[in-house]
Amino acid sequence: MENLKALSYDLRKNVVDMIIEGKGGHIGGDMSVIDALTALYFKVMNISPENQDDEDRDKFVMSKGHCVEALYAVLAAKGFFPIEEVIEKFSKFGSQYIGHPNNKLPGIEMNSGSLGHGLPVSVGMALAGKMDHKDYRVYTVMGDGELAEGSVWEGAMAASHYKLDNLCATVDRNRLQISGNTEDVMAHDDLHERFRSFGWHVIDVKDGNDIDQLVAAYEEAKAVKGKPSVVIANTVKGCGSAVMEDKAAWHHKVPSAEEYEQIIKDFSERKEAL
Amino acid sequence: MNKIPNRQAICEVLMEQAKEDKDIVVMCSDSRGSASLAPFAKEFPEQFIEMGIAEQNLVSVGAGLAKCGKKVFAASPASFVSTRSYEQAKVDCAYSNTNVTLIGISGGVSYGALGMSHHSAQDIAAMSAIPNMRVYLPSDRFQTACLIRALLQDESPAYIRVGRNPVEDIYTEEDCPFTMDQATVVTEGEDVLIVACGEMVRPAVDAAKLLEEQGIHAAVMDMYCVKPLDQEGLLRAAGKVKAVVTVEEHAPFGGLGSMVSQAVGANCPKKVVNLALPDAPVITGTSKEVFDYYGLNAEGIAKTAKEALQ
Repeated sequence: MENLKALSYDLRKNVVDMIIEGKGGHIGGDMSVIDALTALYFKVMNISPENQDDEDRDKFVMSKGHCVEALYAVLAAKGFFPIEEVIEKFSKFGSQYIGHPNNKLPGIEMNSGSLGHGLPVSVGMALAGKMDHKDYRVYTVMGDGELAEGSVWEGAMAASHYKLDNLCATVDRNRLQISGNTEDVMAHDDLHERFRSFGWHVIDVKDGNDIDQLVAAYEEAKAVKGKPSVVIANTVKGCGSAVMEDKAAWHHKVPSAEEYEQIIKDFSERKEAL
Repeated sequence: MNKIPNRQAICEVLMEQAKEDKDIVVMCSDSRGSASLAPFAKEFPEQFIEMGIAEQNLVSVGAGLAKCGKKVFAASPASFVSTRSYEQAKVDCAYSNTNVTLIGISGGVSYGALGMSHHSAQDIAAMSAIPNMRVYLPSDRFQTACLIRALLQDESPAYIRVGRNPVEDIYTEEDCPFTMDQATVVTEGEDVLIVACGEMVRPAVDAAKLLEEQGIHAAVMDMYCVKPLDQEGLLRAAGKVKAVVTVEEHAPFGGLGSMVSQAVGANCPKKVVNLALPDAPVITGTSKEVFDYYGLNAEGIAKTAKEALQ
């Protein structure tokens, strides 16, 4: 697992490089969600370039599609496409590496970008798995600001109604959205209670940027029967460098040359300290 | 007098096909009765999914099912599925390219006196504007059945609108000429071309008979495939006549009339008159009363066609 933690810092650097090259990106959310993506793709889900056409593969939907840079970094590390190409072409004219997930690229199941779609779509995928008596599991990652979308709760309702224990959602609970603190913009606490009242099994991850804790949570979800699970990952927006951490202004921002230098230095120091 | 609405024809085809094809999935949003899909739900409970009154979820869940190999038919009142879940249709069906057929039931002003919330006079414009979304308004029950069978042969998203009431037959079981994405020429004529879709095809055919009695030869084209519009067929027919009249149960902007005017204007310019609902909440009444009031009946269409020729 220490290797994965080290990898997450390398992936963070790839994300920052992408954003510098593309002159824009949702850097704060990328940094908060990247550990959950790393845990899912490297320890939890059976998704790889080799099995991407196998109908028994697990399914993943990036509901918080604006953090596609983190997803690109992880998919590239899994071998779906070369990272050099992503960094070079991200957001550039005519590029296939656009600012939200697009299923013309290998490894991406569904297009997203508009919030509140990923959970309902995942409900459909999980229902299909139940209808076909398949063992695959369906994963989706939502932002916490995204939970203000009513469609999330339509999906949440249907997931428990149909007892979709093959569905596991993650909430990247970094407590910041573009305008500020989520509890000031539109409060979600008690989020655990909200999901419980919708019939979900709720797993709290104290440090949502700790891959060990995340993997343990996903393993717990696999054992839950008769209801869907949600992993509430308490993360830090901008996690990895004090330059960005816990600052709403870094929701969408391109680092200056000085900031870039400091951010990369922070990543390597934290990697060394593992 | 036909008593079978197009929605029932949809159910019959899906039931006949679902026996063999276990990937067919029908979804409703508390709408199985009004969609005439209750028999399907009863006979194929394993292939039927109830979503409750949640149209956004209906469409997104349908897209997820389709992504995993299901052939999804999601039925909900046209007023809701074309607007409440518009973004889901755009992103999860069209953009993600999933095999979902959205069935807008009780379309147009079918719900009559229930008011504008329940009317779908904007669905053609809205759905047609989405890349990779096809839009079909079949005219009678026989054509509806042909369309559903054709849609089962491909894997792309589509939106179908059908009305609530039975429509007088235009075709017959034995004689229903149908080629996917090609308009059907119901009657030939060289004076005026009437292009209609959905419930307006029957009055267009009746209008042609009225015109014939007055010595005017009208061609009637059943443009059930509003998108992709059968431009080749349209221009072939429009090239032979002096004027074109379009008829649709839709707002005057962005629908069949707009598309036909666009195609004719660019390729064989001549007078095109659009008959449609007004750009306003429609008058209270049954759909027949509403059609009569706005001239969307045989007499009104014939009158407009005659005027277009003057």
